[in-house]
Amino acid sequence: MTELAWTSASAIASSVARGGVTATDVIEQTLARIAHRNNVLNAFTAVTAERARARAVAKPMGPLAGVPFAVKNLIDIAGLATLAGSKINREHPPASADAMLIRRLEAAGAVLVGALNMGEYAYDFTGENSHDGPSRNPHDTTRMTGGSSGGSGGAVAGGLVPIALGSDTNGSIRVPSSFCGIFGLKPTYARLSRAGSFPFVSSLDHLGPFARNTTDLALAYDAMTGPDPDDPICTDRVDEPVGPLLAAGIAGLRIASAAGYFRTGAGPEALAALDSVAAALGVTRQIEIPEAARARAAAYVITTSEGAALHLHRLRTRARDFDPDVRDRLIAGAMVPVAWVVQAQKFRRWYRDAVLRLFEEVDAILAPATPCVAPKIGQKTFVLNGQEVPLRPNIGIYTQPISFIGLPVVAVPVPQPDGMPIAVQIITAPWREDVALRIAYDLEAHGVVRAPQPPE
Amino acid sequence: MSDSNGLDAWLNANAALLGITVAPEWRDAVQLHLRITRDMAQCVLDFPLPDDADPAPVFHA
Repeated sequence: MTELAWTSASAIASSVARGGVTATDVIEQTLARIAHRNNVLNAFTAVTAERARARAVAKPMGPLAGVPFAVKNLIDIAGLATLAGSKINREHPPASADAMLIRRLEAAGAVLVGALNMGEYAYDFTGENSHDGPSRNPHDTTRMTGGSSGGSGGAVAGGLVPIALGSDTNGSIRVPSSFCGIFGLKPTYARLSRAGSFPFVSSLDHLGPFARNTTDLALAYDAMTGPDPDDPICTDRVDEPVGPLLAAGIAGLRIASAAGYFRTGAGPEALAALDSVAAALGVTRQIEIPEAARARAAAYVITTSEGAALHLHRLRTRARDFDPDVRDRLIAGAMVPVAWVVQAQKFRRWYRDAVLRLFEEVDAILAPATPCVAPKIGQKTFVLNGQEVPLRPNIGIYTQPISFIGLPVVAVPVPQPDGMPIAVQIITAPWREDVALRIAYDLEAHGVVRAPQPPE
Repeated sequence: MSDSNGLDAWLNANAALLGITVAPEWRDAVQLHLRITRDMAQCVLDFPLPDDADPAPVFHA
């Protein structure tokens, strides 16, 4: 069982395809593993055991044949209410169909095994949840998984599934990747269909995969790309699969390390991880992403106001049913003057144009994913730039300026000697997920980044 | 209660306007987030943009 827990998705699929193991064996071992570890990690909020068994019996075929996966519980699973981490949504009727990304992964042979814990309505960076309890970091169960896709981070890092899906509005894939020490891909905005997922901030919401290695990340991503008329913003663009490109190497790629804002406030672990990745890639150039602090501020203003607008009727009628930490932020968000939001949206276009100009000079930019390693569960503040600041509004300082303009990012985990892992962001131009994944693959091949196996 | 930063007035007026009941024990946290958001917005407002700057409410990469 332990052996399968740490087996890659690609190895599972190969073994299933050649008859070395059956999909039923894989799923039974996975369900047993979840039963064994989830009471500690609290990553799953629902296990779809019977569905998974039925699907395994049907002998799934494809590049993900027999590979178990799970999804953040804001993604529709037919027959289950889509919780989005909330108490209120438990009263919703069950979803009538699976979300598009589940259908695509299953079309590639993967087997859904359940729904994953998350911060309420995706408005947190902690993985805490007052209704379901916090998801716990497999590397230290007294620490946060990071959010809001906390269960996704814990499930993959803890060896419960090799692939999970999450969402990222301001960093909710990249922060759990960092805290849990796994690989995460936030694709270009509009790359992957969001049809059948509960929204947060439409113009910032992305879905994407987590895995314990680059190959698996690319396998999942390639299975999920493609137009979807049910998501009005999903791109019609079709690019070639990234899997065959992974081993192309990094020769000729122009890579820089983000300076200024992205080094200010970063703790020693974040800087050490960034510098080790930069050194391994031979990166000597530092680049300033202009007005990143203001971009983060603008993303913050848009998020809090648009998120509050989404939940306004619930705040008016059912405020006591919210997670208190989420409720108080959303109430404040409802009170934001509209002129501030419009100005933030105007700044957004200015900032996008400025950052896209940088990609005329470089192909990728490295930056920290989080300013620190995973904080303790329940921690409300942390020290940033020598000042004690509220934790929830500030964990995403390095992720927000990037998702604000929809750039693709691979978060790569850098193990720390005798410590918690932390990730580095590999940021590329729009639609160039292939470049970020090639760099991640190269770093992994050279042993610079990897998902460490936690103690049990 | 003193209101040197205008947070009480801001909260009270909007709560009434929006029809949101803010329990007394929530007020400090809501005001903390109002202050943070105001500071963030000020950072954005400080940046000069031309009158014809187009907003990007739906981002297209």
